[in-house]
This record gives sequence, C-alpha cells and structure tokens, in this order.
Amino acid sequence: MKGKGEKFREKLIEYILFALSLSAIIFLAGIVLTLLKEAAPAFRDTGFLNMIVSKDWYPTYEPPDFGMLPLIAGSFMVTAIALMVSVPLGLCSAVYISELAGKKEKILLKPFIELLSSIPSVVYGFWGIVFLAPAIQRHFDLSSGYCALTAGIVLGIMSSPIIASLSEDALNCVPRSFKEASFAMGADRLETLINVTIPAAASGIITSIILGTGRIIGETMVVLMLSGGAAIITLSPMEPVRPMTSAIAAEMGEAAFQTPHYHSLFAIAIILFIITFILNMAAEKLAGKYRLKLGSHR
Amino acid sequence: MLRLDTNKNKPDFSSTEIRDPLNRVHIDVSQQPKIRVRNLDFYYDENQTLKKINMDIYEKKVTAIIGPSGCGKSTFIRILNRMSDFAASSKVRGEISLERRDIFDPEFSPVELRKRVGMVFQKPNPFPKSIFENIAYGLRINGVKNSHEIEQRAVKSLKRAALYEEVKDRLKESALSLSGGQQQRLCIARCIAIEPEVILFDEPCASLDPISTAKIEELILELKKYYTIVIVTHNMQQALRVSDYTAFFLMGELIEFNETKKVFENPSDKRTEDYITGRFG
Repeated sequence: MKGKGEKFREKLIEYILFALSLSAIIFLAGIVLTLLKEAAPAFRDTGFLNMIVSKDWYPTYEPPDFGMLPLIAGSFMVTAIALMVSVPLGLCSAVYISELAGKKEKILLKPFIELLSSIPSVVYGFWGIVFLAPAIQRHFDLSSGYCALTAGIVLGIMSSPIIASLSEDALNCVPRSFKEASFAMGADRLETLINVTIPAAASGIITSIILGTGRIIGETMVVLMLSGGAAIITLSPMEPVRPMTSAIAAEMGEAAFQTPHYHSLFAIAIILFIITFILNMAAEKLAGKYRLKLGSHR
Repeated sequence: MLRLDTNKNKPDFSSTEIRDPLNRVHIDVSQQPKIRVRNLDFYYDENQTLKKINMDIYEKKVTAIIGPSGCGKSTFIRILNRMSDFAASSKVRGEISLERRDIFDPEFSPVELRKRVGMVFQKPNPFPKSIFENIAYGLRINGVKNSHEIEQRAVKSLKRAALYEEVKDRLKESALSLSGGQQQRLCIARCIAIEPEVILFDEPCASLDPISTAKIEELILELKKYYTIVIVTHNMQQALRVSDYTAFFLMGELIEFNETKKVFENPSDKRTEDYITGRFG
C-alpha cells in the first residue's frame, strides 16, 4: 500500500510536468502575440497587400519605402538554389545508405551526415566567406562573391542532412514485401528502386524536402554573411540579394524603437512565420497520409 | 549468399542414384523432372537449416511441401528462385537444376531465373499502385514496350487468375482497395503475366478466409495445366486437395517424398504418419 504522502507527491510531479509541457503553447502564443502587436502599426500604415507587392525597400530614406517584395524574392531565390543542391545530395545519400550500402558503409557514413547537421551555421557562413565566395568571384569573374548563388550553395549543403536522414527513414519504412515482389518478378535492383521503393516512400521523401525548405527559408546567419545584402529584385543568381531573415537581423539593431521601420521588421517576421507555418502543416499532413498508406502492410 | 562448391565439376545429371534404403524418397527415374534437387544443404550463419535434400519436381504437376513451422519448407522454395540470395550470411551447397541447367551457374543470372520461376508470397503484397499497373510493371521490366500488348496480356492474366470479372471496371483503382483474397489473386495474375514456367506458392492462403482459400485452390488446379507448381502449406487438407506429389520436411530434412495419395494413405515413415494424423506439428 502506498502512503497518502506518496500518492500526493506523485500527483504533484504529474501536475508540474503537465504545466511545464504546457509552456510550449504559452511561449508560442506569446511570440505570435508580440509579433502581431508590433507588426500591426506597419500593416495599418502601409497596408498588408501593399507591403507585400511593392518593390522598394528603402527603410531609411525620407520618406521611407517598406516594400517587402525584394526581400521575399531574395528568400525564394536563395531557397530555390539551396534546394537544387540539397535535394539531389540528400536523396542520393539516403538511397545509397538505405538501399545499397553494406553494414560497414552505413556505420561509416551515418555519423558524418549527422555531424554535418550539427555544425553551427556561423561556421558554414565562415567557410562561405573564406572559401566559396572568393572561388565563385574568381570563377564567374564577378565584382563580389557575395550573392544568391553563394548563399544558396552553402544553405543547400547545410540542409542536405535533414533531407538525407528523413528520406532514409522513409525508404527504410517501405515494407520488404514490396521489394521482394519486385525481385520475384525478375526486376533488378535499379528497377526495383525506381519503380517500387522510391514511389512507395514518395510522401515521406516529399515531407523531408518540405522540412528542409523550412529550415532553409528560416536560416539567418548564412544569408546574412553571404547573400550580399542588396534589396533588389533580380533573376540572376550572381546578384546580391537580401532575404527576409537577413534584413531583420541586419536592421533590427539600427531601427529606432517604435518607428515605422521597427514595425515593418516585425511585419517581415510575420510573413516568414506564416510561410514556415504553412510548410510545417503541409509536411505534417503528408506524413500522416503516408503512414496511412503503408500502415496495413507493416 | 555464398555457394560452397564441394564438387568443382559440373553437376552430373546422369546420376539418379540416391542413397535411400527405406525408399522414403521416391524419385521416378523414367520422368525428366522440371527441377532437380540433389544433396542440397543450406546454412544460416552456422545453423544448417536444410540437410541433404534430394527431390524432383515434375512438369505441370503440383508438388506440395508440408511440415511443421521451422522445418525449412519456406527456406527450400526460396532457394528454387534464389530469393534466398537476399538472406545475409547464408550458404548453400549442392545442386539444383532447372531443365538440366544449374541455377547457381554464374552465367545464369538470378534475374533471368526469377522470370522463369515466379513466386506468390504468404501475405498478399500488391504494389501500392493501380490494379492495372501491378501487372503492367512486370511486363515492362521484362521488355514488353507496346502498350496494346501490355493491355492484352494484363487482361489475359487477370482472366486466368479468375479476377477479371470482379475488377474489369476498376482497373485504374488502387490495388490496396481489393479484399485480401482478391489481392492474392492479383499477385497470381501479376506472376503469370510474365509467363513463368514454374510458380512457387509460399503458403498463399495463410492470411485468407475459407472462401478465398477455396478460390485460390481451384485456381491452382486450373493453373496446373500451364505451369509447374510448388506450394508450401501448413494445411494438410489443402495439400491433399491440390497436389500430385507431397514432400514432408522435418527439422531441415526431407523425410518423405512421393505421390500425394501414397504419402497420405500409406506413409513409409512413422514421423510422416504422426504428422499427418495430427500427433504433432
């Protein structure tokens, strides 16, 4: 028999843990409320739509312009370049590790991929400054190596471990019976991989790409160090850009408290938050569908 | 999978002599077998799971493999199409020939072997694709490019698997929307679409209800006209109903192999008798 005191103690611990686990919701709500409160004046003065579609971001001019389009375009450009690097890199390593590698290769490779994801982003940025930016400047004969391409490549390398490890999980979850069925029909390994294993893992792979995209679009340090920082709209990856995150990070220190500039930085943060929120929801939804699809076959 | 070659020479197909003083393993010398198994040993790590198996599988007959769980019957049929290659740290010794051709010959690729020796698994395992695509996939990887031909052969094999009438209006729907029994018949259709010579059934009814089971059995009797069939089963009544020959495995050994009628009515070995009368297993 447990004593009354002991019972009470157990209940108390349960309540404390419950309260602490609730804190995630409280912090999230707090952050969203702060963002909304601080961004509201900017949306009120300039207008939400107007802010998103106007092409000029000159926050320190007189009168200032708070058009976010160049920042959004910069983010998308850098993200697209990063995905071109991280998707093939991540997917190929996932396919190799899960389908082709022997035990020894797996043991060798997996820790390296995990290590790659644990390097602080400032170190990636530093590597970009010291090595990649000068290399790109020389190779393409540019006036500066700090451009969308440099930032995109570094972000791509940085986010490839996420795609690799989540895709590998998805590939591992493909029931062995599917592959067996394919082999039993006289398919070789490549045919089985392309026609059976990868399609069966498709939603898991797409989820990994979406989560990788979320990571890329929210990354600040690398773009701050490498993207060049010019708030212009361009289609050339060799031009400097100013993605949303780097604009916030670079300008928050200079913007005077409670000025229109200050409020519009919060407005950028809201837009960024909405984008990553949508990406995460999409990933969650797809992952659920994927479990449903393969569930009966485990 | 590693092959231990004790006998470096080519398998000697003329030798039919098998030491079997009790005549428990009946091999009909006058018949040319479709598959000939001689002195087959199989090891997982250091465990020998099959010991000196000698048996013949005759063309366009149904051969049933019976025995208690873990007796090596699934292992045995998985060697026949070299699905056992995927089992890590396993070794095989002995000879198996498909129409006089050594299946372990390095020039006889497992991919080619599996096109001639198809397999239907214990649990229905259609691909998460449409009903039609399940069949078309096998045809495509086997080099059938013409979409008209693919369609024709898909319909033909669905008919032969007695599934066409039930699915003809929904060929584009997911195969996973079918019932378990229908899924298994789809797996059979998918297998016969590529026109194998031998079909291996690994407990095909283990996860099916009695009605679906009856349909599959009926189908096996029908398919016997065109294919050589090997079926592993837990169900002795099933072996009696569908097979012409029966092999009884126990702890990795082939205890008895003969015509089904003989094995069930007048077994040569006491252990066979004990098993089929339900004294163990």
